[in-house]
Amino acid sequence: MSLGTFLVQLLNSVQYGLLLFLVASGLTLIFGIMGVINIAHGAFYMIGAYLAWSLAGQLGSFWLALPLGIALSVILGLALEWLLINKLYDRDHLYQVLLTYGLILVFEELRAILWGNDVHGVPIPEQLKASIPLTENLSYPVYRLFISGVCLAVAGLMYWVIQKTRLGMIVRAGASNRDMVQSLGIDIGFVYRVVFAVGVALAAFAGMIAAPVSSVFPGMGGQVLIICFVVVVIGGVGSVKGALVAALLIGLIDTFGKVIELDIAGFNVLPELSGMSVYLLMAAVLLWRPQGIFGARP
Amino acid sequence: MKQESEKKPQARRREFLKQGSALGGLAAIAGVPGLARAQSSGPVKLGLMLPATGTFAQLGSAIENGLKLAIDEKGGKLGGREVEYFKVDDESDPAKATDNVNRLVTRDKVDVLIGTVHSGVALAMVKVAKDTNTILLIPNAGADAATGPLCAPNVFRTSFANSQTGYPMGKVMAERGIKTAVTISWKYAAGEESVAGFKDAFTRGGGKVLKELWLPFPNVEFQPLLTEIAALKPDAVYTFFAGAGAVKFLKDYQAAGLKGRIPLYGSGFLTDGVLEAVGDAAEGVETTLHYADSLDTPKDKTFRLAYVKAYKTQPDVYAVQGYDTGLLLAQAFDKTKGGVDKPALIRAMETATVDSPRGAWHFSKAHNPVQDMYLRKVVGKQNRVVNIAIKQLDYPPADRCKMSS
Repeated sequence: MSLGTFLVQLLNSVQYGLLLFLVASGLTLIFGIMGVINIAHGAFYMIGAYLAWSLAGQLGSFWLALPLGIALSVILGLALEWLLINKLYDRDHLYQVLLTYGLILVFEELRAILWGNDVHGVPIPEQLKASIPLTENLSYPVYRLFISGVCLAVAGLMYWVIQKTRLGMIVRAGASNRDMVQSLGIDIGFVYRVVFAVGVALAAFAGMIAAPVSSVFPGMGGQVLIICFVVVVIGGVGSVKGALVAALLIGLIDTFGKVIELDIAGFNVLPELSGMSVYLLMAAVLLWRPQGIFGARP
Repeated sequence: MKQESEKKPQARRREFLKQGSALGGLAAIAGVPGLARAQSSGPVKLGLMLPATGTFAQLGSAIENGLKLAIDEKGGKLGGREVEYFKVDDESDPAKATDNVNRLVTRDKVDVLIGTVHSGVALAMVKVAKDTNTILLIPNAGADAATGPLCAPNVFRTSFANSQTGYPMGKVMAERGIKTAVTISWKYAAGEESVAGFKDAFTRGGGKVLKELWLPFPNVEFQPLLTEIAALKPDAVYTFFAGAGAVKFLKDYQAAGLKGRIPLYGSGFLTDGVLEAVGDAAEGVETTLHYADSLDTPKDKTFRLAYVKAYKTQPDVYAVQGYDTGLLLAQAFDKTKGGVDKPALIRAMETATVDSPRGAWHFSKAHNPVQDMYLRKVVGKQNRVVNIAIKQLDYPPADRCKMSS
């Protein structure tokens, strides 16, 4: 691998890692900070992508579709928390798994009824359509760099809100002891409703932003769900910084796992193992630090 | 989704039990000889095991539509007998395949089994069909093994073999003087077989495959591999992707600036059913397949008109495969005059020539279609025919199948 190619692959891995962080950010909030196991995270991601496709088609502009899509998903999140999720904070995790798994089925059916089963493409907005030439025959799409920028902004914002603001402090306190926070005179129920809605909106936002590069199709949520949990688990439950580091690590491992050749006894091991590399990383991290890289010691 | 579709066959079972007991009652009145007669003159039982839910649901319904169109053109009869359809949703789930196919074979006692889209499910069907000596028609699944090492006298495929759609592209590219190529696909049976077919013809024609690039299925993070392609600088790229993965690949290939610099070729599934979603990223891409959008033959025109009239939607390659399955059944049952004697039906199918919208085809010794393979080019939102890449292609070689009769 020449130095030029290596640098491009490094860029690929950072870019993929940042995209992973964006996709997992909503889960970091809902599962990592609030402690609710949300299997329906992928479904929210899919809803976002379909919203981007359908709204951009009807409004004629991706930029108009974004705020409207975010508003709709915030409403969806508030409604879900009010109707269902808030009944489960005191229950065992298994109830949360069951409920959110049911939500996946419901949303997939709704998607089939509302939008059908076709594969759709969302055009990249005109302003970001260009590509930057990197080598003599390879260019880098500007939209991917835009995604990376958005990811960094989201990461920074989340870190600031959760670590540095009063709201963040309340949320973190609520995750460790709800009743205590409640008895201090804070309406923790309302705070959690808002945080859950933000989590749903983040997942949907990721789906919307990713839609132009990933295309929009049934079952797309299932594809991102597992990798999102891997990001949160490797990074450490409750840590935004951890999720970012984990996503970047996974980006590196996945990218170079696909292209590096490693011969052991004449058998080319690495590309063959590339499907597993991410999970091997997770296993290694869990052996080394069961609470994740930045997780608080339980 | 899962629960609902598990309920469906249940509900159907009840329906058929009712019908079955009604028939049984009649037979009881008429006495035992009546029962025997009912079995040879009652309806022909077709067992349809296709996906009705999940990713392949639309393919399943296109196949069923095509099949029924062909039989309806015969007055809804096969060899003069009424047809009764028994349906199971296979959910494209190999884990449930054996149970599902046993429902049709053991419970419903179908005369002919038809299915399916997913190769893993289809191979489970082949196994049951062989064990129970039931005639099986595969209207899509391309796994080479079904008409290769696992072939059987009672198993026929009316669609294609995976390697059959890759082989013609290798020949075309070698003939164009392309010296080097890189292949990229998912690491699963369909991808591996398609690439193997391509490689066979391409290297035979003097070409060299610089590198085979693989992704685990259904991973769609192509960027590292596109970087690799740019670094390897081949004359051309051969690819097998389908569905949403194909959409993303074509778009990423264009966004990486490779389109127009390194020509992209592929198996026809790359550009079938996805052109609306892909936009201009597919323009000019050439692929090979056993069907195309603009064949312009009288048979194809008639078929397309009839299909649109019946179902209010455009037919695709899957609808054609279903239609051909129906044509084959009609022809075979005409020859046996409605009889379900297996050796007679099998002989009738082996000697049949199916006058299909895709062009006439017949079965190879391995029971895979020997058919024209078209070179197509994406123009606008259509896969236009450029020419016939290979006439009456019999591939993969039928000697991979050792049939025991």
